[in-house]
Amino acid sequence: MTKKILILLFILIPINANALIEVDITRGNLNPLPLAVSPLSIDEESRKGFEKILKKENIGSEISNIVENNLRTSGLFNPLDKKAFLQAADIANLKPRFEDWNLIKAQALITGKVNYVDDKLRVEFRLWDVLAAKEMMALAFTTVPNNWRRVGHIISDKVYERLTGEKGYFDTRIIYVSEEGPKTQRIKKLAIMDQDGANNKFLTLGNELVLTPRFNPASQMVTYLSYFKNMPRVYLLDIETGTQEVVGDFPGMTFAPRFSPDGKKIIMSFAKDGKSDIYTMDLENRIVEKITNHPSIDTSPSYSPDGKYITFNSDRSGYQQIYVMKNDGSNVKRISFGNGLYGTPVWSPRGDLIAFTKLHKGKFYIGVMRTDGSGERLLTENYYQEAPSWSPNGRVLIFYRETKTNSKGEGFSAKLWSIDLTGYNERQIKTRTDASDPSWSSLLSN
Amino acid sequence: MRLNKIFKNTLLVLAACLVLSACATKKEVATDIQGQMQGDVYTGTDTVEYLADGVPDRVFFATNESILTTASRETLRAQAGWLRKNPNINVVLEGHADERGTREYNLALGERRANAAKDYLMTYGISSDRITVLSYGKERPVDSGSNPLAWSKNRRSVTVKAN
Repeated sequence: MTKKILILLFILIPINANALIEVDITRGNLNPLPLAVSPLSIDEESRKGFEKILKKENIGSEISNIVENNLRTSGLFNPLDKKAFLQAADIANLKPRFEDWNLIKAQALITGKVNYVDDKLRVEFRLWDVLAAKEMMALAFTTVPNNWRRVGHIISDKVYERLTGEKGYFDTRIIYVSEEGPKTQRIKKLAIMDQDGANNKFLTLGNELVLTPRFNPASQMVTYLSYFKNMPRVYLLDIETGTQEVVGDFPGMTFAPRFSPDGKKIIMSFAKDGKSDIYTMDLENRIVEKITNHPSIDTSPSYSPDGKYITFNSDRSGYQQIYVMKNDGSNVKRISFGNGLYGTPVWSPRGDLIAFTKLHKGKFYIGVMRTDGSGERLLTENYYQEAPSWSPNGRVLIFYRETKTNSKGEGFSAKLWSIDLTGYNERQIKTRTDASDPSWSSLLSN
Repeated sequence: MRLNKIFKNTLLVLAACLVLSACATKKEVATDIQGQMQGDVYTGTDTVEYLADGVPDRVFFATNESILTTASRETLRAQAGWLRKNPNINVVLEGHADERGTREYNLALGERRANAAKDYLMTYGISSDRITVLSYGKERPVDSGSNPLAWSKNRRSVTVKAN
């Protein structure tokens, strides 16, 4: 399904500039950095070449629009209105007139150039520090023209990384469940889209109920729950080839699947006789291991990024709480002790935090706590929201929200939302249909 | 509309009780004047269908619980009697949860509720071979309302003929 990643990265100018502009992403950013994304310049011949293949009038502007949109939605940057730009795109890319950019209060400037070379798309771009009047970064990519959106995402990631010191999350995809129809009889399909909502595709037809898709962090595989033949089981789906298979041979419902960080195991729950326990299956040798053994409901398991620990939720104390144990099931420790119920723990890819859903006094919260349960922070409160999934850099959480219906049971909807770890920058992610159960992929290119 | 009224009435009763703060137990407080809920277990018949005359198809549960109430046990005994009379019929017990929980936990809870019903049928002589358990979690509510009465109807285990 995905085009083989044909991006050849070659660095034009290696730069070791020190102490230029920096964006601190560890605190809520109330003053996003003003920056100018100059349209990528394009010569007439290249413009026509791409117009023919891609049906886009000016691919240079299109790519810069992607960059601008990504940087804006991060909440860390404030891309300035292009109408205010004083310098033409092609000249700015050669040598910006810094005083002009300074005048419109841009602190950083992105310029670039697009060429049509041997049926390929060649893009170069530069990031400039306006105040210091210096080039911070210069890179060029060559790829197949159809990858143009990804070029925009990769530029965004490079800029984000250069300015914040942390990896970006723009060249990524979201897998989710698309929902349609009345609340009592929802039709659900697996769907996948780019992180910015583009390139939406359905992966199942809606003939059977599907839930909780999750990406393999190491490949283009997905695990999810399907009610195929009215037997709820965990499945594995290769999104490149479309092949599917049931995971393991369990005499009952398997659910709540996730991959191990190396992508080689699936961890999930198996429900039998009113008890749900956590199991793993090795995808290479198919060996199944039982990890928890308790008469309670143990579910929603998630590995730590080093694979050594597992967090999960259990009602062994009488109601839903979050626990951490070693990957062999030993050393089980309860970590949530606040008021209310705690569910859906997910270990941050950075390893330091666990995100969760909390239900307290009829409200649902998305929050984070340290892996020992200390430092609980609630990021957002709503009528109903749950199932956070981390951006690959561990800075943003995506989750879904459902609305309250009116007295006639009307007005139900389910939508995807994202919020920064800081609790700022809450945004709805637009989807064509209603949506739930989002899972964020790893960076597609590194 | 009617449901909404009932709900409001319940709230009024609750509010009155709180003001007076003279109510003996929580259970008494929550008894709906219309007789639709006991505690937070649904006791009405709006959504109930019948497998045969006098054999209701479903039982209801309290929030986060899978304990069978006296009424539920009565329903299941009637189902067991009907199953004994019809030895060729197999059933699926479909367990459900309300929308006020996380999806994955609700799947497990639905399974636990259906198994509570299954265990009870088995103690009345129905072989486990004739019973399949299927949990829908919060995926298939019967009432799309966002209020305690709607949720009480949705916390259920429904016995469905499999053949």
